[in-house]
Amino acid sequence: MALFGKSRRAPLEYTKTLWMRSWVTAVMLFLYIPLFILMAFSFNDSKRNVVWRGFTTKYYEKAWENTQLWDAMINSLTIAGIATVVSLVLGALTAVMLWRFRFPLKGIVDGTMSLPIIVPEICLGVAMLVFFSWIGWPSDLVWPFNMGAIIIAHITFCFPFVTMVVRSRLASLNREQEEAAKDLGASEWQTFRDILIPHIKPALIAGALLSFTLSLDDFVITFFTSTPGTDTFPVLVYSLVKRGITPDINAASTILIILTVVLTAVALKLQGVKSIAGAH
Amino acid sequence: MTESKQPIIQIRNVSKRFGKVTAVDNVSLDIIAGEFFVLLGPSGCGKTTLLRMIAGFELPTEGQILIDGQDMSLIPPNKRPVNMVFQSYAVFPHMSVADNVAYGLKIAGVGRGEREDRVRESLELVKLSGYEDRMPDQMSGGQRQRVALARSLVMRPKVLLLDEPLSALDAKLRAQMQFELSDLQDQVGITFVTVTHDQDEALSMASRIAVINKGEVAQLAGPSDLYEYPANRFVADFVGAVNIFEGQLILDEPNRAAVNCPGVGKVYLNHGVTGAHGSDVWVAIRPEKIYLHTPGAGKAIKGAAKDSPEGHNFARGVIKGMSYLGDCTIFEITLEGGALIRVRRPNLSRTDQEAFTWDDKVSMHWDSNSPVVLLG
Repeated sequence: MALFGKSRRAPLEYTKTLWMRSWVTAVMLFLYIPLFILMAFSFNDSKRNVVWRGFTTKYYEKAWENTQLWDAMINSLTIAGIATVVSLVLGALTAVMLWRFRFPLKGIVDGTMSLPIIVPEICLGVAMLVFFSWIGWPSDLVWPFNMGAIIIAHITFCFPFVTMVVRSRLASLNREQEEAAKDLGASEWQTFRDILIPHIKPALIAGALLSFTLSLDDFVITFFTSTPGTDTFPVLVYSLVKRGITPDINAASTILIILTVVLTAVALKLQGVKSIAGAH
Repeated sequence: MTESKQPIIQIRNVSKRFGKVTAVDNVSLDIIAGEFFVLLGPSGCGKTTLLRMIAGFELPTEGQILIDGQDMSLIPPNKRPVNMVFQSYAVFPHMSVADNVAYGLKIAGVGRGEREDRVRESLELVKLSGYEDRMPDQMSGGQRQRVALARSLVMRPKVLLLDEPLSALDAKLRAQMQFELSDLQDQVGITFVTVTHDQDEALSMASRIAVINKGEVAQLAGPSDLYEYPANRFVADFVGAVNIFEGQLILDEPNRAAVNCPGVGKVYLNHGVTGAHGSDVWVAIRPEKIYLHTPGAGKAIKGAAKDSPEGHNFARGVIKGMSYLGDCTIFEITLEGGALIRVRRPNLSRTDQEAFTWDDKVSMHWDSNSPVVLLG
């Protein structure tokens, strides 16, 4: 190495090269600068929120007192929670069905599964709007049933993601394990509980995280299926932004970001990062 | 010992077809309680399908399987009094060793105290005491197999089924496990039914072997009978190495027979065979039963004459190939008649192996009770 005046580097250790490190840094900055700016400006002591005028936390107080924001946040979390649970069950069972059984038209079922992922959101949104008005979905139910249409719409595009993740995990299951459990006396249900569920657990966690975040930040489909009183956080932010960006939106968004990061970190910690990575 | 002669498993005219493929073709077998039974055959011969039908993972297309006198046709795998050790061991990766072994007992509703005792006992049996809290991914393949064994034995099954139990182990460990499995079977007294494609494994462990070919039982016999008295060409060829020559039966009397094999010459036997005069037969001679000599010294002729004065089992040839294996050397020899013959010669002394080499002319003889005449 002294000959070439370079530091010792193995052939595949690209992470040690300068250009690779600069590139990674640039990508990271590109990804996260907007978020950091949003967070920083939530502490900006200015109504217009364009120029930095000093540090304050008053917009957090303002956001705290803003019942509109609170309602929207609670709506979003409720929708995301219910949609996640239902998507998880539906998605996992669909994955198991496609993995285990052979049935007529399986190819078509398999193909249509990924449609909600492929179809542009705007089309899905309009389709949902048309569908719910066509069947005459009631819009005057009490909370939380007035969000039924949104929840159903969210489940539609969330559960294929769960199916996808769970299916790829199932592919690595040694089926002799299932047979071994049955051989030792386990019934079909006991085998499912003791062998299958533990095996797909990392995929279930990954799928739940995916569904929850997809649902939480969905705008287009929610926009088309929301009725008065069911504004979610993204929809509310959109309507507020039309009247000008105020720092209390930044503050609320910052809280949402932190909440998501903490939740993800907890989930990763609970399961171990390795097995989550193994799910993909 | 009349009691132990009871068949624990009766396979009656069992066939299994997958679509147009017949995996198992009208097999009938009795497996006796307490024996170490081996199903031996090449891959794809249907032996694993047969084992899986005993375990209940496949249902026979035709026929019936009885375990301990009870028809198993409608009994699912989780209700059968048999347990299986899978080829991949199928140890549950998310459970500790103790939990793996305790799983079946837990399902069966065995109380905690008894469960713990039986798990400890079972791990002791497979020499894994002290590994209770290990996770499977912290263990070697051999250890995982012991977990799988303990997990099945703890259930005290009437029959233990083993699917290619040693195929994933390296040669040294495999040899050791062959002894251990035999010992274990002696200790627990459970009937073992093993599937293997490895003839050494079968010969060393089994009390009886069923050689399976194309879904049918080619021969059912004890290890030495199988090796020394193969019933047909498939068994002779599959179990051990063998020279097989085609020929015509030219002499068949109660205490002697002879076969004329083109390329070899006349092969004499000191016992009769049951075949029509002039009919086409095959002669099988094991390579280790042929004696090799340097020509000219008359040793071969003398040896052959001493053994069978009626006709000499004697041949001459040229060494065309040699394979030195340490304990012995395999010679490939082209006979004067044109046929190729394999001879296995033990290296009895340290310098002995240098005596013969490529292109050497050699003579050989074999005893008249060594060849086996095969009719099919």
